[in-house]
Amino acid sequence: MNLTLYVWRQKGPNDAGKLVRYEAKDITPDMSFLEMLDTVNEDLIKKGDDPIAFDHDCREGICGMCAQVVNGIPQGPQKKTTICQLHMRHFRNGDTIYIEPLRARAFPVIRDLVVDRGSLDKIIQSGGYISAHTGGVPDGNTILIPKDDADKAMDAAECIGCGACVAACPNGSAMLFTAAKVTQLAALPQGRTEAARRVCAMTEEMLSQGFGNCGNHYECQAACPKGIKVQFIAKLNREFIKAKLK
Amino acid sequence: MTLDGKIPSGPLHEKWNKRKQEMKLVSPANKRKFRIIVVGTGLAGASAAATLGELGYNVDAFCFQDTPRRGHSIAAQGGINAAKNYPNDGDSIERLFMDTIKGGDFRAREANVYRLASVSGSIIDQAVAQGVPFARDYAGYLDNRSFGGAQVSRTFYARGQTGQQLLLGAYGSLMRQVKAGSVRLHPRTEMLDLVTVNGEAKGITVRDLVSGEVSSYAADAVCLATGGYANVFNLSTNATGSNVTAAYRAYKKGALFANPCFTQIHPTCIPVTGDHQSKLTLMSESLRNDGRVWVPKTKDDNRAPGAIPEAERDYFLERKYPAFGNLAPRDIASRAAKEVCDEGRGVGPGGRGVYLDFADAIGRLGEDTIRERYGNLFDMYEQITAENAYRRPMRIYPAPHYTMGGLWVDYNLESTIPGLFVLGEANFSDHGANRLGASALMQGLADGYFIVSYTIANYLARTTPGAVTADHAEFLKSREDVACMTSKLLAIDGKRTVNDFHRELGRLMWENVGMARSETSLKSALSLIPRLRAEFWENVKVTGTGTELNQQLEKAGRVADFLEFGELMAADALHRNESCGGHFRVEHEMPDGEAKRDDENFCYVAAWEYKGADKAPELHKEPLTFESIKLAVRNYK
Repeated sequence: MNLTLYVWRQKGPNDAGKLVRYEAKDITPDMSFLEMLDTVNEDLIKKGDDPIAFDHDCREGICGMCAQVVNGIPQGPQKKTTICQLHMRHFRNGDTIYIEPLRARAFPVIRDLVVDRGSLDKIIQSGGYISAHTGGVPDGNTILIPKDDADKAMDAAECIGCGACVAACPNGSAMLFTAAKVTQLAALPQGRTEAARRVCAMTEEMLSQGFGNCGNHYECQAACPKGIKVQFIAKLNREFIKAKLK
Repeated sequence: MTLDGKIPSGPLHEKWNKRKQEMKLVSPANKRKFRIIVVGTGLAGASAAATLGELGYNVDAFCFQDTPRRGHSIAAQGGINAAKNYPNDGDSIERLFMDTIKGGDFRAREANVYRLASVSGSIIDQAVAQGVPFARDYAGYLDNRSFGGAQVSRTFYARGQTGQQLLLGAYGSLMRQVKAGSVRLHPRTEMLDLVTVNGEAKGITVRDLVSGEVSSYAADAVCLATGGYANVFNLSTNATGSNVTAAYRAYKKGALFANPCFTQIHPTCIPVTGDHQSKLTLMSESLRNDGRVWVPKTKDDNRAPGAIPEAERDYFLERKYPAFGNLAPRDIASRAAKEVCDEGRGVGPGGRGVYLDFADAIGRLGEDTIRERYGNLFDMYEQITAENAYRRPMRIYPAPHYTMGGLWVDYNLESTIPGLFVLGEANFSDHGANRLGASALMQGLADGYFIVSYTIANYLARTTPGAVTADHAEFLKSREDVACMTSKLLAIDGKRTVNDFHRELGRLMWENVGMARSETSLKSALSLIPRLRAEFWENVKVTGTGTELNQQLEKAGRVADFLEFGELMAADALHRNESCGGHFRVEHEMPDGEAKRDDENFCYVAAWEYKGADKAPELHKEPLTFESIKLAVRNYK
């Protein structure tokens, strides 16, 4: 199939940037979206043009590196699917596709579709962990965890840190990302000790990194390639209130 | 050069304790005077950097990705082994040790493997303490599943995302140290050279992938945890960014490269669909617990799988290996799949595929149980192939997945360059000629959490902290060399893209140095690779400049190294005139098609020394001695 692409090209953080039109030719349904971009890039290089810069690594939907906005939707139109797992069979010959970087105040554009998501690392640094020392911990089976709690922790832990939730949110909030980590660790007995401190520190860091607050639009959940649920934001709020009333 | 593995004397089970007693320590007050570089933030790198930072050292952690949470360990699906014996099914440290040695076809060091088995339990405890949400049963206890090459259930798992959860646990610990100020993070930074001063590792030269700036970092010791080199095949289950560059450039600086021909071809990957393919996707080995592998009994049977009656199917793994059945080790299962496809009985487009069928398991356990166990894998399969594996069998085919070879290290994980430690997949030490499933996560975390933290002190205690700074002449020269290579790549302005060269190299390696190797194929690779390399340096096209984010330039440097490394791999495969584990020489097979080892002549680690551009590397041998286990023919029947 042949497609028309409008791709965001921006040389650097201070460049204005613009959408540039490209023709993607002989695209097959078995290609992934990124393989389609590879094909376009090969042609650009042969012509001596700069290829489109985009982040990618594992290409199996788990590393979280490859988020882009496709036709206005972070991580593309396919539900619960990262852009590297989106296959071209979901497009038709003659389609026009708009491809842009994740847009958020806390994610400055580095080049083309590549953005800086270091602000998410900063949120984790503020307390998104259990302060366990290496060594000297008890046997894994001394901490019994009801299966439902372990499953809930795992549901939340599936977040891949791609930032699609932030770009989808009208407020540019990282609430879903933060809530997923808060929920995972709060659901486990070994994470309770620091729960109050954690939720306060992470929420504060999120705001200081330039992310907005939650406005209950639920766009984050719709964009999330891993199906992380907005209920976790309610959990974060509950944890936050509990911590503040302590 | 004599290779000294520095294996402690005494009985196997006392060796590690003995070594811990012998080794020097660095006192808490002195640790902060030392600086350690850790390259790579997968399981081995993240766990090492976090642990060393927590101990009080100053750590600089580098990764080429945008954040340390992206290391390719994240993609490991099935699980992590540990000899906990929670299911009471007869597991023990000794059994895990024996399974690993046997699985590796007797080409690993006994002492290293025993240590790995003995710390395996602590890894699970550590991960639980960090909040890794392992699967639990209804009573709240940790659950286990079975994996290939073992007759006990010792694999711990977090749905189909065990690697992700373990890596995020290690990443959390690392972030905690970043916050504490003991670890400085350097994301989007690629190591392009190892700097040695008076023969010892004292730092690295890196390129900032955003600005293009080339700079150096000096330290008192360097840890490489930069993963494996399966992308020498272009198409593999590795991340597209995974590369051999850091390890290969350390090799060029004097670190020996051990057993490069030991590569693992994973039996259960989604088959290739065309030339556009950029990577291959693994379907976890855990699927073989419930899936049955088969092909039609007759050639060119084009019927839909459901239309082929039971009597006309060949469940070839169950037929050939009744004791292990579908859970035969990876190398054996891969070769068996290749054989039936070579016979013309393969399925799917191009005939390079076999079925992995869940119909029986769904009938026995119900679709819900199968969804609970493997739901995310079935979803992933459907995303890629548009086929529903609950309704029709998956199609799978072997693909390069893991590399057992790596930089040579002694028992202390120190390479032949003093002060250079190598961890995880980047070293060669624990898996011999074939790695068992769910053992990579175990080894990466063992090295990072529980081994290098002890052994690096023994090196540091003998050095003066901060003895060398990045303005030393060796650093200056290293920066010049790196800058020179960059300009050279940009100046060629040829006709072929970097990917084009990578594809050709990959095809060449897969055909000649892949699952079945022969003297003829290896000699052919050895003549083709230098030609392709020469063409690369005359005809590659890299656009843009070196002073900006330039992904083609990054890839060009990595492919340039693969073009040299592939030759080393082929040379090693040619010299190893035996079959063992993942290294299968067609000249050496048992009457039933199994790998035929030659213990008399090849029971050693082959470690190669770089002798200069276009010169043959020199082979050094470290004999493998087996004191506790008897060399035997691997038998999974």
